[in-house]
Amino acid sequence: MSDGLLEQPTGRQRMGFFTDTSICIGCKACEVACKEWNQVPDDGLSLLGMSYDNTGMLGADTWRHVAFIEQDRPLGRQNNSVTVMPTGPSGTASTAAVVAAGLGDKHGSMLGTQTGRVHPGPQPHATPDGHVSPGGRTELRWLMASDVCKHCTHAACLDVCPTGSLIRTEFGTVVVQEDICNGCGYCVPACPYGVIDRRERDGRVWKCTLCYDRMTDGQEPACAKACPTDSIQFGPLDELRERAARRVEQLHGVGMPEARLYGADPDDGVGGTGAFFLLLDEPEVYGFPPDPVVTTRDLPRMWRHAALAAAGVAATVLAAFVTGARR
Amino acid sequence: MTRHEVRRDGLRDETPEREALIGAKGGRRPGRGGEMVPPAEFRSYYGRSVLKPPVWSARDIAGYLFLGGVAGGAALLAAGGDLTGRGSMRRAGRLISAGATGLGLAALIHDLGRPARFAHMLRVLKPTSPMSVGTWLLGGFGPLVGAAAAAELVGAATAAGVSGALPPSAGAAVRALGRSSGLAASLVAPALTTYTGVLIANTAVPLWHDAHRELPYLFGASALAGAGGLVAASTAVDEAGPARAAGIAGVLMEQALDRRIHKRLGMVAEPLDQGYPGRLMRASRLAGRAGAVLLAGSALRRSKALDVAGGLALAASSLLARFGYFHAGNASATDPRYTVVPQRERADRAGSVGAQHPADLGGGRGVRGEGQEPA
Repeated sequence: MSDGLLEQPTGRQRMGFFTDTSICIGCKACEVACKEWNQVPDDGLSLLGMSYDNTGMLGADTWRHVAFIEQDRPLGRQNNSVTVMPTGPSGTASTAAVVAAGLGDKHGSMLGTQTGRVHPGPQPHATPDGHVSPGGRTELRWLMASDVCKHCTHAACLDVCPTGSLIRTEFGTVVVQEDICNGCGYCVPACPYGVIDRRERDGRVWKCTLCYDRMTDGQEPACAKACPTDSIQFGPLDELRERAARRVEQLHGVGMPEARLYGADPDDGVGGTGAFFLLLDEPEVYGFPPDPVVTTRDLPRMWRHAALAAAGVAATVLAAFVTGARR
Repeated sequence: MTRHEVRRDGLRDETPEREALIGAKGGRRPGRGGEMVPPAEFRSYYGRSVLKPPVWSARDIAGYLFLGGVAGGAALLAAGGDLTGRGSMRRAGRLISAGATGLGLAALIHDLGRPARFAHMLRVLKPTSPMSVGTWLLGGFGPLVGAAAAAELVGAATAAGVSGALPPSAGAAVRALGRSSGLAASLVAPALTTYTGVLIANTAVPLWHDAHRELPYLFGASALAGAGGLVAASTAVDEAGPARAAGIAGVLMEQALDRRIHKRLGMVAEPLDQGYPGRLMRASRLAGRAGAVLLAGSALRRSKALDVAGGLALAASSLLARFGYFHAGNASATDPRYTVVPQRERADRAGSVGAQHPADLGGGRGVRGEGQEPA
């Protein structure tokens, strides 16, 4: 069903992001550059208790979000924490407990729009619950990843938009036309990544535009421009995919077999994403869905069921008049 | 690491920083593993939701799911009443249908972030957007059922001899207009009762999407329960038979489909039984059973009191079920468990994500099951 809306723009290449999280240093320059260039409103200041992540998640007012994950395991062949780090445990389990208590039933689902607050109480004595080296110290690796709208090939937000506000641009990206959006909110639960969101005071939905305005002027998006390590790489999607495949091989070769690409496969549930990632753990660890599927893939089947069900409703009423006539 | 040297005559062996070989230095054997994360059923980013739950307000949208169903079901009963000469059922059906349509439209527009831009819905007709299809369905249905209800009111005023009403000679024309628009509305009505199932199933919300096979049927059945109940409660006792039958059939099918969803979806259906949505669904089942029994009693004993009590119970059952499914969907979207666990199982089965990293890397697998000891 979605295929009808997905003609790739002709004449221009599909552009995208390759976010190589293995070289992200968590500086958040991308978050800042995005906010500045796109004049995205502030979404509150708070301490979330999730490592260095005080942003929360993507939302109407957060179009780049740097995730921080602390793990009790080594990074590649490095003997990092054992010899260099001043102290032992990374406290992963206790941190998780504190954060869980602060998030409550809503699981922080509104973070990024209305940044929630976490009030860490007194922490129980953190004990090394992970792998302990022969020297008695825990291992540590710190994963950082800059998340962004995926600009899916089969974009659910675009498919379900009832006004035609969401469009595919000549660069193959997905953009909201803010003068059309009437804030129906259908795209919000349709997005399999939880990216797009409605801005409360404004009433319309907002998300990353892949800096459409900069691209039309031949400039790279603000976040890629600001990234000091080239963790965020911008370019034609086919070139980025080639480069990413080489990078994965390179990392496998130096003892990091856990390196894998996320969103680079054109045969996945969303037809591959325009913004894809190199990850060092499973996607859900970074807050990504492990196997996202565009909801409209099943829509033809749903319409058939709805038509059958409608016929069933009519038939039931007919039967009710036949049987009910006697009472 | 980078290999370039800075010399007096410039850079030598320049390598971009993006080629930095993190983790390459050190004495560890490659792929040694040694990962251990606390055992957990599934992994997530600090237990945070993956999806954004709907921004829709329950009163407006769950309310509309109910009202749209009632509007469609009542229009069908009105048409049937019209064709079989049940005047009070026709009148009740048309008025209930028009009222529900008006209220439902108001709720839909009120829920928009920019209500003044409601008309932007009419820019396009997109089959990929059930909301767009529904807007056009309502756009066709609303005026028809409105005209039928207006004809009903004018007819009643004329019959009562209200001054300023139409002369009696115009009565036939008004009746013909009411009948034709009422019948035309009944052609759109079945779709109006079931498309709302597609509306919410066509999202990434795990409960709603996974139930996409059953939701159109469940919502159609729930519409019959709600409309049958309300029409039975407001129709003359000796004419209400078909409304009672439709209501009872609707509520029985609705509860059977709800059980089927529970069975087929497994853990994804959990939110339907827990917390607030769980209470709503239990109340809906109780009200549905009570309403069915009361209306069946009235079918045997012809009692207006039983019709009113049973009819309102069925309507309450339908309303509670819509709110129950709405809130359960919200809960299934906010808890990462319902997003991650089924997708992880699917990915592991397909090997699409997991295949890219070797199994000696316990990090992935060991965490979800029992903690894996380092090699």
